[in-house]
Amino acid sequence: MLIYLPIAEVSVNAFLLLGLGGLVGVLSGMFGVGGGFLMTPLLFFIGIPPAVAVATEANQIVASSFSGVLAHVRRKTVDFTMGTVLLVGGLIGAAVGVVIFNYLKSMGQVDLLVRLCYVVFLGVIGGMMFVESLRAIRNTRSGKPPKRKKHNWIHGLPLKMRFRTSGLYISVIPPVLVGVAVGILAAIMGVGGGFIMVPAMIYLLGMPTKVVVGTSLFQIIFVTAFTTLLHATTNFTVDIVLAVLLLVGGVIGAQIGTSIGTRMKAEQLRILLAIMVLAVCAKLALDLLLTPSEIYSIGNAGGH
Amino acid sequence: MRAALACLALAACLLAARTGAEEVVLGLSKDKVAITATFEGSEILVFGAVKREVPIPEEPLDVIVAVAGPDKPLIVRRKERRFGIWVNIDAVEIDAAPSFYAVATTGPFDQVLSNVEDLRHRVSIPQAIRSVGAPATVGDAQAFTDAVIRIRKGNGAYKVEEGAVSLDEQTLFRASISMPANLTEGVYATRIFLTRGGEVVATYQTSIDVRKVGLERWLFNMSREQPLLYGLMSLAIAIAAGWGASAAFRVLRQN
Repeated sequence: MLIYLPIAEVSVNAFLLLGLGGLVGVLSGMFGVGGGFLMTPLLFFIGIPPAVAVATEANQIVASSFSGVLAHVRRKTVDFTMGTVLLVGGLIGAAVGVVIFNYLKSMGQVDLLVRLCYVVFLGVIGGMMFVESLRAIRNTRSGKPPKRKKHNWIHGLPLKMRFRTSGLYISVIPPVLVGVAVGILAAIMGVGGGFIMVPAMIYLLGMPTKVVVGTSLFQIIFVTAFTTLLHATTNFTVDIVLAVLLLVGGVIGAQIGTSIGTRMKAEQLRILLAIMVLAVCAKLALDLLLTPSEIYSIGNAGGH
Repeated sequence: MRAALACLALAACLLAARTGAEEVVLGLSKDKVAITATFEGSEILVFGAVKREVPIPEEPLDVIVAVAGPDKPLIVRRKERRFGIWVNIDAVEIDAAPSFYAVATTGPFDQVLSNVEDLRHRVSIPQAIRSVGAPATVGDAQAFTDAVIRIRKGNGAYKVEEGAVSLDEQTLFRASISMPANLTEGVYATRIFLTRGGEVVATYQTSIDVRKVGLERWLFNMSREQPLLYGLMSLAIAIAAGWGASAAFRVLRQN
């Protein structure tokens, strides 16, 4: 069934979009990522203009994250305190990121820089996670007890706060800094940042994997809601019909993803996420390295 | 006798060309295309007759039908390999390119219309795209225009259909122009050319109005006129859907 999208001005197959939304929703519920990294290229591929794809997807992520968070709240795996601290950092970071983005844009080649950053980031994070979770799985198989959390310099910082759900008593400085860093990256790369946020919460802040997913979704809701409003009022690129088609699949997928996620072991979840991060990284790297089939591309003059 | 007749015919032809004795009488199966939510493209039948007050000249008549969507400026970028990776290096701004362009003719394009006439009336696809002022760093601006044509021919936005206009008795003609599902709103200029030996002997211009209607119209207007409300509405729908799915799954699990 073809549906004409009023803002994107293209006709698309409704069932294809329902399926895409569902797939990305499952990932979102399982891993606590928004899924924009996957959805953007898929939407480009079916002919949605890039500006519309990025803006509309933010709206869809609001829906699937909200659906996912509610499922996690029922299981008591959302750390609202930590989520709020990260969010505050994230909003500051996003504001700084927009300034950096505009500066880079005035210098040209922002697109390339973003891609290179992305490949390096995803490659390093994915690789580290993969090695770590593989070791964890091997340790549990051979029956070795998991290593106790190290007491490092992070625990020596002032302004300590208790994060009950995560079982942490640490300074607020590292979470705020993580929030700021992810906010900057999110603003520059135009993605929600769940991909960087989730590993940062696991490895830098030492939060339990189960809590990380719900908490990440919690703060993604606010970031993407803000992005949606920004795009709707400045670029007029949010396509509500496209968003509805995507989010119907997305909210159902998020529920399924959450129940899959809770049935899996933490290190299994981490290794799957690592594989996904590496796959996205490989795809981006290949795009840069392989000879494209069409070296010309058409863009709107005056637009993005 | 025969030579004299031929002379007469030629004279008549020249006269016709000069005074516009041949005229197009045109009909469109529809002059408005309404884009609804389930719009799947549209087929427009262009039909007409040649009205003339002189005998039919001997040189055969040809008909060209050209439908052009609204013009828009574009930026065309070209990738190049630098340090082993593919990067956008050059960009050329195209001043105006139609979002849709279809040309249908009675025969092979280069026989139906001469180059000079094409330049004058801007009928062929390359002529329909206007590009001036490529930056000095780009030596081959034409390659960028060619790329636009190649990409748009690939996705069906531009097409040349030779032989798609049928002509009966040098008088009645008809052509069917199919418009794809992803149309842009606007006025689609529709031009008809009558040619003899590559020379244009008569032209006719009309337009097809392509508009969004109903829900599509309402949403589009709202996104432009009340963007904040539109954004909040999008968010409300997202939150409601997220909550709805969560509630539905809770009910499902309890049963």
